[in-house]
Amino acid sequence: MSTAAVAPPRDSRVNYLNANYGFRSWLLTTDHKRIALLYLMSITVMFFIGGAAATLMRLHLITPGGTLVQPATYNKLFTVHGIVMVFFFMIPSIPAVLGNFLVPLMIGAKDLAFPKINLLSWYIYIVGAGFTLYAILAGGVDTGWTFYTPYSSTYANTQVIAAALGVFITGFSSILTGLNFIVTIHKMRAPGLTWFRMPLFLWAMYATSVIMVLGTPVIAITIVLVAFERLLHVGIFDPKLGGDPILFQHLFWFYSHPAVYIMVLPGMGVVSEVIAAFSRKRIFGYSMVAFSSLAIAVISFLVWGHHMFVTGQSIYAGLIFSVLSFLVAIPSAIKVFNWTATLYKGSISYQAPMLYALGFIGLFTMGGLTGLFLASLATDVHLNGTYFIVAHFHYIMVGGTVMAYMAGIHFWWPKITGRLYPDGWARFAALLIFVGFNLTFFPQFMLGYLGMPRRYATYPAEFQVLNVMSSAGASILGIAYLIPLVYLIWSMRYGKIAGPNPWNATGLEWKTASPPITENFEETPVVTEEAYDYVHMPPMPSSAALAGEGDANV
Amino acid sequence: MLKVLTLPILAALDWPGIPLRPEPGSTIAEGVDKLHFFLTGITFIFTVTIFSTILYFAIKYRRREGNLKPAATKTIMWLEITWTVIPSAICALIFVWSSSLYFENSRAPNASMEIFVVGKQWMWHLQHPEGPREINELHVPLGVPVKLTMTSEDVIHDFYVPAFRIKKDVLPGRYTSIWFQATQTGKFHFFCAQYCGMEHAGMIGWVYVMTPGDYEVWLAGGAKGESMTQAGARLFTQYGCDTCHKPDETGKGPSLDGIFGKPQKLKDGRTLNVDETFIRQAITNPNSMPLENYAPVMPTFQGQLNEEQILDLMAYVKSLGALERKAK
Repeated sequence: MSTAAVAPPRDSRVNYLNANYGFRSWLLTTDHKRIALLYLMSITVMFFIGGAAATLMRLHLITPGGTLVQPATYNKLFTVHGIVMVFFFMIPSIPAVLGNFLVPLMIGAKDLAFPKINLLSWYIYIVGAGFTLYAILAGGVDTGWTFYTPYSSTYANTQVIAAALGVFITGFSSILTGLNFIVTIHKMRAPGLTWFRMPLFLWAMYATSVIMVLGTPVIAITIVLVAFERLLHVGIFDPKLGGDPILFQHLFWFYSHPAVYIMVLPGMGVVSEVIAAFSRKRIFGYSMVAFSSLAIAVISFLVWGHHMFVTGQSIYAGLIFSVLSFLVAIPSAIKVFNWTATLYKGSISYQAPMLYALGFIGLFTMGGLTGLFLASLATDVHLNGTYFIVAHFHYIMVGGTVMAYMAGIHFWWPKITGRLYPDGWARFAALLIFVGFNLTFFPQFMLGYLGMPRRYATYPAEFQVLNVMSSAGASILGIAYLIPLVYLIWSMRYGKIAGPNPWNATGLEWKTASPPITENFEETPVVTEEAYDYVHMPPMPSSAALAGEGDANV
Repeated sequence: MLKVLTLPILAALDWPGIPLRPEPGSTIAEGVDKLHFFLTGITFIFTVTIFSTILYFAIKYRRREGNLKPAATKTIMWLEITWTVIPSAICALIFVWSSSLYFENSRAPNASMEIFVVGKQWMWHLQHPEGPREINELHVPLGVPVKLTMTSEDVIHDFYVPAFRIKKDVLPGRYTSIWFQATQTGKFHFFCAQYCGMEHAGMIGWVYVMTPGDYEVWLAGGAKGESMTQAGARLFTQYGCDTCHKPDETGKGPSLDGIFGKPQKLKDGRTLNVDETFIRQAITNPNSMPLENYAPVMPTFQGQLNEEQILDLMAYVKSLGALERKAK
């Protein structure tokens, strides 16, 4: 995309980071870029809390009898891991950090449509996280992140209400963010930026926002019903009070399956941007990739019953949910093929964002294909509730979304901070994460088929070898995630100055200063080109040039 | 055809070392394994193809002198259509295969032997109609179809026997069932596969598959108490059920002789078949289903009877039907 006459910045030293100082200027900011950084800090804290719980679990599972904690504590650990990672890291990760930062920049706007609501959604998130952290500190919660009834509503005697309230509250943060993005993308695109000139990241954000706005209210009301039953003994889910124990699962998965796509669609958006920039090609089949995002958003609301094949639901209902689940796999497959085809006859560089993006494609492919085992009725009966499920969704969530999130953070870090990080370290961390991840989760596919149920604090001895392998992988993964934390923080002060467009990438966000000024652009840009117009861009600078040594073109 | 192709894979799986599948212990295990390893093959082929294509492109089209400015991407519609149609066809094939297998596996043969399972935090109660009651152990004969009718005393549990490739949630307030026919003697793990609270991981037991002869011996040795029908008959008198449910229709309630399996008309116009769930609800919450032609005077027995006693009563009610049919 080229823009007409963007004037050079008034004073290149003034940007959104140093425009004003002090806590008030951050806590009362309505600048989408500062709010993105508030989210970045908050979700990073939550990621390491959730990660610590996972580390303790994997340490505990080195021996069949458990090495570390009592079963009650183990149950709280996997619950905390699930709740924190799903609701307080994965769901806000790409939308609230990268989406917040990039949606206005990519469409050439000064801010989101509702800047104050944007700040409000961060505060709501913090209040929700506060309730959840309180639940952890006040003794923990042991229902699993799924809060299945009647265990959660009647039998558990842990901090169910506080934790559920945390999830309930943070849901409103999602709804408001989704609403903000939808309005912004509809109403505030720069002149010339038609729908089919938008970068695919925006299509992904749009599809995600639709799911957030339509799905999240369902989980909210479900949580309220659990609280009603727990506090007031109104019979909704517990059959002893006249309720239906399965009703909860219908409501829960009606949100939580689409929520999987809240987590993974933004990742697909990031990967589209990174693949295009690092292979210097427009994404192959742009409109197929864009429409497949929308197709996923629609079909994802119709597949919730595949979580319930063994609950005793009608076998005919199972049949319908099975066929719809196969259907939702097709758009994802289309995306994978299109990304791969984009590389054909490209000019491919391997800086850290690209390594993460290629890692995403591989791991997401495996995660998606192992989903077929679970959409199949006959195999799901055996695999449901085992470690196979755990491995499958970690390939999607961690191998997919977290990889994409890391790709995005590394790709736009120079834009966010104005500095480059040491690429050697970043590549090393990317490889280490890839290796650690596979060693952690591949053995779990095997454990699952052998029959090891998930959420077991202790297990029969025949499962030990694979558990030890998984724990070994987890220790590598744990260390690998700490490395970026170190060099990214280091780079904020000592990194090389990036300049407005270190990757020579297309997109309006690269047409303004790094870091951008508070108003994003000196003048409203005008778009005259398709997205990913790499034919008219200079080549990707060499690694040496990016590191500040040597000729940019070799 | 495809099912035949997977046979050599299955043979290769049972190598010593890390096993890739649990022992196939039931008639449905081999079928599930074939589908599973067919899917594994599909996963392997696609993953390797994608990985190696990426690797090939990544090396061939790496950034270097003379390859800094690639040409524009073209849209190739036939390619898009091809890679939409092929995965769709594969998915359709898997769907048909797996659904027909699932339908086959779901139907319990009519001649199945019945065993009743009650899950409670955190143990399994298993009852044989002839009397023996087991905790966290289940003895069954080889080669005989066994149907498990299951319910829970408290939260949702799940009965899972990996060697048999069967699993079903065990729900409070209703009955679910699964069946299997064991194909080899030995002992096999069963697990609770739905998180149910603190000692979830301790809700484990063993299925002992015995030759029919050994099973008879075991049954004779274990059946010291009353059978489920006898226990049900005792409870029927003890809780005064017999004062209203008289065999000759002279009581305030309907006669229960031969009632199991027959439709009953309700005051609200519905007609329901008398099955396990019907009887359970009639005992625990009779007001929710008043019968046509009868006054709604039956008290609830919710909280007075545990799930095992309700199962005993059910066995007794079913036996009333059987006696009548025999008399005819």
